[in-house]
This record gives sequence, C-alpha cells and structure tokens, in this order.
Amino acid sequence: MISTGLQHLLAVITAALPDDDGSSFWMPPQVSTVAQGVDWLFNFILAISVLFFLLIVVAMVIFVIRYRYREGQQAEDSPSHNLALELTWTAIPMILVVVIFIFGFKGYLDMSTPPSNAYEILVEGQKWSWSFTYPNGYIDSDLHVPVDRPIRLVMGSQDVIHSLYVPAFRIKMDVVPGRYSKAWFEATRPGEYDLFCAEYCGTSHSGMVAHVIVHPVGEFETWLEKASNFLETMTPVDAGRKLFQVRGCQQCHSVDGSAKTGPTLLGIFGKQETFADGTTITVDENYIRESILEPQAKVVTGFEPVMPTYQGRLSDPEIMAIIEYFKSLDGTSSEE
Amino acid sequence: MAVDNPSHDGAAVGTQNQESYLTHGKGILSWLFTLDHKRIGVMYLVAITSSFFLGGVFALLVRTELLTSGPTIMTADSYNKMFTLHGAVMIFLFIIPGIPAAIGNFVLPLMLGAKDVALPRLNLTSFWFWMVGAVFAVVSIIVGAVDTGWTFYTPYSTTTGTAVISMTLGVFILGFSSIFTGLNFIVTIHKMRPEGMTWFKMPLFLWGLYSTAIIQVLATPILGITLLLLVAERALGVGIFDPTLGGDPVLFQHFFWFYSHPAVYIMILPAMGIISELVSVFSGKHIFGYRFIAWSSIAIAMFSFLVWGHHMFTSGQSGITNMIFSALTFSVAIPSAVKVFNWLATMYKGSIRLATPMLYVLSFLFLFAIGGLTGLFLGALSTDIHLHDTYFVVAHFHYVMFGGTVIAFLGGLHYWWPKMFGKMYSERWGQISALLVFVGFNLTFFTQFVMGSHGMPRRYYNYVEEFTTLHQASTIGSYVLALGFFIMAGYLIHSLFRGKPAPDNPWGSATLEWETSSPPPYYNFDRDFNAGDPYDLKSLQYDPATQGWVRKDPQSIVLAEGGAH
Repeated sequence: MISTGLQHLLAVITAALPDDDGSSFWMPPQVSTVAQGVDWLFNFILAISVLFFLLIVVAMVIFVIRYRYREGQQAEDSPSHNLALELTWTAIPMILVVVIFIFGFKGYLDMSTPPSNAYEILVEGQKWSWSFTYPNGYIDSDLHVPVDRPIRLVMGSQDVIHSLYVPAFRIKMDVVPGRYSKAWFEATRPGEYDLFCAEYCGTSHSGMVAHVIVHPVGEFETWLEKASNFLETMTPVDAGRKLFQVRGCQQCHSVDGSAKTGPTLLGIFGKQETFADGTTITVDENYIRESILEPQAKVVTGFEPVMPTYQGRLSDPEIMAIIEYFKSLDGTSSEE
Repeated sequence: MAVDNPSHDGAAVGTQNQESYLTHGKGILSWLFTLDHKRIGVMYLVAITSSFFLGGVFALLVRTELLTSGPTIMTADSYNKMFTLHGAVMIFLFIIPGIPAAIGNFVLPLMLGAKDVALPRLNLTSFWFWMVGAVFAVVSIIVGAVDTGWTFYTPYSTTTGTAVISMTLGVFILGFSSIFTGLNFIVTIHKMRPEGMTWFKMPLFLWGLYSTAIIQVLATPILGITLLLLVAERALGVGIFDPTLGGDPVLFQHFFWFYSHPAVYIMILPAMGIISELVSVFSGKHIFGYRFIAWSSIAIAMFSFLVWGHHMFTSGQSGITNMIFSALTFSVAIPSAVKVFNWLATMYKGSIRLATPMLYVLSFLFLFAIGGLTGLFLGALSTDIHLHDTYFVVAHFHYVMFGGTVIAFLGGLHYWWPKMFGKMYSERWGQISALLVFVGFNLTFFTQFVMGSHGMPRRYYNYVEEFTTLHQASTIGSYVLALGFFIMAGYLIHSLFRGKPAPDNPWGSATLEWETSSPPPYYNFDRDFNAGDPYDLKSLQYDPATQGWVRKDPQSIVLAEGGAH
C-alpha cells in the first residue's frame, strides 16, 4: 500500500473519498478484511483512468478549438508518423497495465485463500432462495456470522447456476449445480448487509436476496443456540411460519391470496383443489404432506410442476409445524 | 448542378439524371435477387436498422419497467424476456452484421476501385441466411420468447420452458451469414486490390474489415457447434452441459465465450476502421501512424482469442486460470490505447470541420475512452470479483458497444449516406441529434457505473431502495436517447426525398469510393485505378461549382479509362 497522503490525494481527485464506514461515491461500506484492498485498487485504477480520460478529452477539445477549420486554410504540415512517440504511448500503457494486473492478482490471492481456522457454513442456492446450514445442522434463510472471525462458505445449487454476492464484503462466487464452490470472508463490523444472487436464474432472480447479519463479539453463539431450538421454544404455528419463511416456500407461495409461481396458501386447509386431469381433492394433512415430499404427484391446475422435493430436507416435526401454520391461514388471523 | 460542368475530364460527376445502382433494375425482385454489393449493402442496412429499432423498443421497455422497484409495467417473466430479446436482437441481428454487412458491403469494393466483391453470389447467400435467421428469431419471439439472457447459460437454458431451440437455431443460421461475409471480404481484399494498393496503402477501414473477417471465419463456427450441442441437449437429452445428465454447465461458458469474446471485436474493429477514415478526412490531414493503427487491428484480432476466460473469474475456474486470463486480458488494452492516441495525433495541427460525422468521431473518442478505461477495472482480478455481473459491466459494454460501435456506425452512416443515396441530409438536424444521442447515452449509462460499483446486480427486475434515483435518471436518459434516434430517422428519411443532391466527394476524402458519382452507377467505375495514398488529402481541392471536392490532377490515380462495363 502507498502512503496515506498519496492515497488521500488520489481519492480527492477521483471523488472517491471514503466516509467513516469506508463507503464513497463509488463504493458501498467496507465490511470485510479484503474490502479496503479492493477499494484501494479500484481507486488506483480510477485515478489512472481519470488521468488518461482528461488527457484524451482535453487534447481533443484543445485541438478542435485551436485547429478549427477556417475558410480557405489547409491543415498545417506535420509528420504523419513518429516512431519514438508511438512507441512511447505503446510502452506507457503497457507498464501501467502490468502494475494493475499485479495488484489485482495479489488482491485476488488474499480473497481466494481462506485461513485454516475458518468457521464453516454450508450454502445452498435454489430458485429463488438461499439456505445456510450451520455446523449444528440448523438452517436459516439469512446468513448469520460472528464479527472478526473468518467464515468459509461451501456452496452448492439445487437447480441452475446462482452466484452469492455481498457488496459490502466485495465477494462474489458462482454456485454451480453438480459441484461445490467455496468463498470466504471475515466481517469487520456488526450490522445487516444485503446478499444478492448475481447470476441470472429466472423469474425471481431479483427476489433471491438475503441478509448477512454480522453479530457483535459473543452474541453469535447465543443467537445460534436460541435459533436452533425454535421447534421447542415456539408454538407449532410460529415454528411453521419460520420454516415457511426460511426454507424457500414463500418465494413461490403467497399467504395473501395472490398466485405466484405456486398456488396461494391462504385458506388452503379444507379447500377443494382441482388438478390438471380434472380430479379434485379436499386439502387435508396428508395432501399437504404429499405435496411437500412429492410435489409433482398432484399439481394444481394452472401451475407448472416446478417445485423441488423436500424429501429428506424437512423432518416430521417440521412438516407437522408447517401443516399447523397452513391451518392458521384461514383468513381470520392478521397474517400479512 | 454538375450537368453543366463538363470540365472534370473523365471524372464521373454526380448527375441526377444519370442511371445509378438505385435505378438499375426495377421492382422488388431486382433487389431481392441482386448480386450488386451496393444493393445488398442497402438491404442489409434496412434490415439491421429495423433490428436496431426492435432491439431499441425492448430496451425502452426494460428501462421503463425499472422506473420503480417492483412491478411498473410488466411482470418479472416479461421483464426477463425483454432484456433477453434486447440483448439477442441487438447482438446477433444488429451489431455483429451491422458495420461489415451493411456499410462494409457497400463501401469495401468501392474503396478497392472494384466492381463488386469477389464472390457476389455468396454475398447474396449471406443476406438470405441473415433473413432466415431473423425469421427464426422473430418466430421464437412470437411463440413465447426466450428468457435466458442473450448468453444462454446452461443449465438454465436447457431447463427453461421458453423458445430456446428456435432462437438458438436462428443464431446458428445468422452465424453462417456472418462467416460468408467474412470469407468474402478476405478473398476480396486479397485478390481485388487495384494497382498500387499494397497492404499498407489500404484504407484503414479495410484493415478493420479484414481483421474482423478473420475473427468471423475462425470464431463463429465455435458458436455454431456450441449452440447445436445446446439444442442436442434440450431436444435429445444428450448430457453435455446439464449436471443432472452428467454434463458440465461451466463448459458451456467456455465454449460460449470462446466465440463471444472475439465477437466483441467483430463489433468494435470495423468501428475503429470507420473512425480512422473519418478522423483523417475531417481533420483535413493524413492519418497519423498508419502502420501502428493497421497492426493494432491485427493484434486485437489475435489477442481476442486468448481472453475469453475473463468472463468467468467467479465461475469457479482455478486461480491459475484466472491469473492467466487476467494477464492476457490486459494485452488487448494496449492496441486500443495506441489507436486512440494516433487518432488524437491526427487531429493535431489539422483543419477540423465539425460536420455531423466528425461529431460522432468526437463522441466516439469520449465514450470509447470511458468504455476502454473501465475495462481495466474488470480485467483486474480483485476488483472484477466485486464488479462482475453488476451494472458496472452493463455500463462498460454499452460504452464500448454503443459508445464505440454504434456511434462509429452512425458516423459512418452519415459519412457515406451521400454516396449511398446521392442526397445530403440536414446538417443542423444531424448535429442536434448527435448531441441528443451523446447526452442521452451518458445519462443512461454513466449512472449505471455508479449503481454497479455499489453492488446493483444486472438482470434484476426489482432493486433495493437506494438505487431508485439512479435507475430513474438512467431511464430518463434512455428517453432522450430515443428522441435523438427518432429525429435522426426523420431527417435521414426526409433527405431521401427532399435532400440536396450530393456531389461526388462532399467531404474531401482521398479514398476511391469518392471517385464515382453519388450514388454510384451499377458498374461502380468507368476506370481502373492506380491507387495512391488513401490519406493524401492535399491532392484534393474544393470546387465551389459542384460544392464538392475534386482532384487537383484527376489523371494521377487513373490506370486506364473505360473499364469493362
């Protein structure tokens, strides 16, 4: 890194002067250990770019004014090539891009090499939600992490390619079906930050947004313990609602009567549903259970058979809680 | 006008009554089955500008939807189709064939002092393939459109329910159209240069077309094969890219970018060629550093094959691969920078006329500088990880593709328009529209750099609150841009009917296409040439009688009068 004075100067020139949280005209807050380095290189390239841009545009404007066409006057005689000059403006950019490449590669090495003591969280992307599995088996739809501790993400996809992107951390990694990809970061400040899907994945690509919650020192473990026991500590309806929210159901099913990718769940229990082949059924516990475990078995007419199976991904008590939650969606509660 | 000016011994003078290629043969069939490169060029021009209009409508719908977060005028599925169609139509139907097939077809043989391209039938076949490919694309739009993004990434593209097969077959056929044009141009440039036109006496636009043609011929087959594999997987269930069938989705990205990155240079190299012509003519001065500009085109064409992996820095490819592709990527920056400096040096001590084509040159230098420099952020590994797949990338490639290629295309169109149709357009409206396009473009896309570096991912139907103002500014910019284009369409079409007749050489250019009438006769030239320096502008002088430029010594470039026609 260069001296802070020069860095400051660069930043002022390029309107990139960072605020206290590291954010600037160009960049979101810096919340990971690598963010500062990335921003430094960004500002370095920005300074070079602004310099060259001004050089080009100022020269252009001066030439247009100074050498403007005047009636009856031809262009002055001037050489039509100059080897030394041309070699110079070939060489200078060449040196600069080599420097940029080296800084970029060094920064990338830091970003792609996790420390060996990192805390591991499993990530799964599916259309169109994220799920994060903690070492004790607990699954959440947001990414909770402790501050100041390296976190390693091991990521897989259920269906198509997704990409995990946290602008505040400056990290992005594709989540590819059929293989595991890895990413790591160390958050530097508690707070809540956006986590986006950056690889186009269909209808609700832009809805595939989660949050990263960075917990202050000591609070992450307490949160994890409390969150993990939700089946015991919550009523079945509340636990069901939580599962509904964190396990990706709400991406496709509304609870307010509007149809999304799947049918709404408002008033689902006891409702008559019609299937593509014309048969009907009255929704009961068994139908809901079957639809969760074998979603393609009976598809409500007007909808595509696109729901992934939850076989092996939800336990019996969890399915029970979800059914209880659906029962509560009878239009009398103040849900949504 | 020039009818009463017989003093130009032998030089074909722009006479309104003289038969031109436009009047040689009547009726729609005389156009559709013509072998005349000029008519094929004009048909391509109509076809690609129609595609540009269609792609532009999709773009405006996308921008309008993004006026507000959440639904504005359409559903998420429609939005996904709109941005896909915008990309696919603009890339495959407009910008790849754009300059070579429309302007290149018209200008290339004329610049060589030739009567046609080397293989006129192949040329017509190319146009017909384009038409068939376009029909496939339009049919797929009608039967349910495509929602994959123009990149067709697997496994999304092999699993989505939209009309992917017909669209990819369309692109496959369009690829052949592109290969035919490239092949034709290579042969024509090798075999049909006139006496005296050595490789380094060729107009630089031809260097641009030549290096483009090399990429078209070498890279396009890869796209064809890749898309066929995609169709095979979708239609026959052969596992190539889909992991559930034992395939590898990232393999598709390698194949796709192995074509599509060189394709970026198919788009920009001819644009650079146009700028090289225009900057010299409107600076009234010999191009500066001819050999560096010519070689840099070839260098870009060669390097373009070695950088595809920079689209995949976050795909999970190995760190070593990323490092190599990052390093190679920067190699492309050098020849581009060299060209920009040489263009600037051409203006130095010139006699600069700010006619509409030159306004597009200035616009190009401004916008392409930004487009090129922002590429540095994306070539560097650590910054690209943050910026990849955000609006920063969207802004970057629009600055290069639109700010570069489209602006140069417009410059070229305004430059060769008098030659194509024998009419001058309104200079004032030309300037107004050039300004609107410039302002609208910057408002539309500069805002997207800021959104992108703040983390706004691309292809998003909804967005988080903080981006609202920038999105709205961008949308307003797109309306200004559209206004600029409507004005342009207005005065260009108006000029066809009411425009002043164009002189043979309205701008004072020294290349051979200006040595015939405007518009040229069917046979192009009645002379064979002994070509001189294409940038020897001082061999010309302004002739007030014709309001055009004439050679001080008309015989200096003539090899023989009365060519075989």
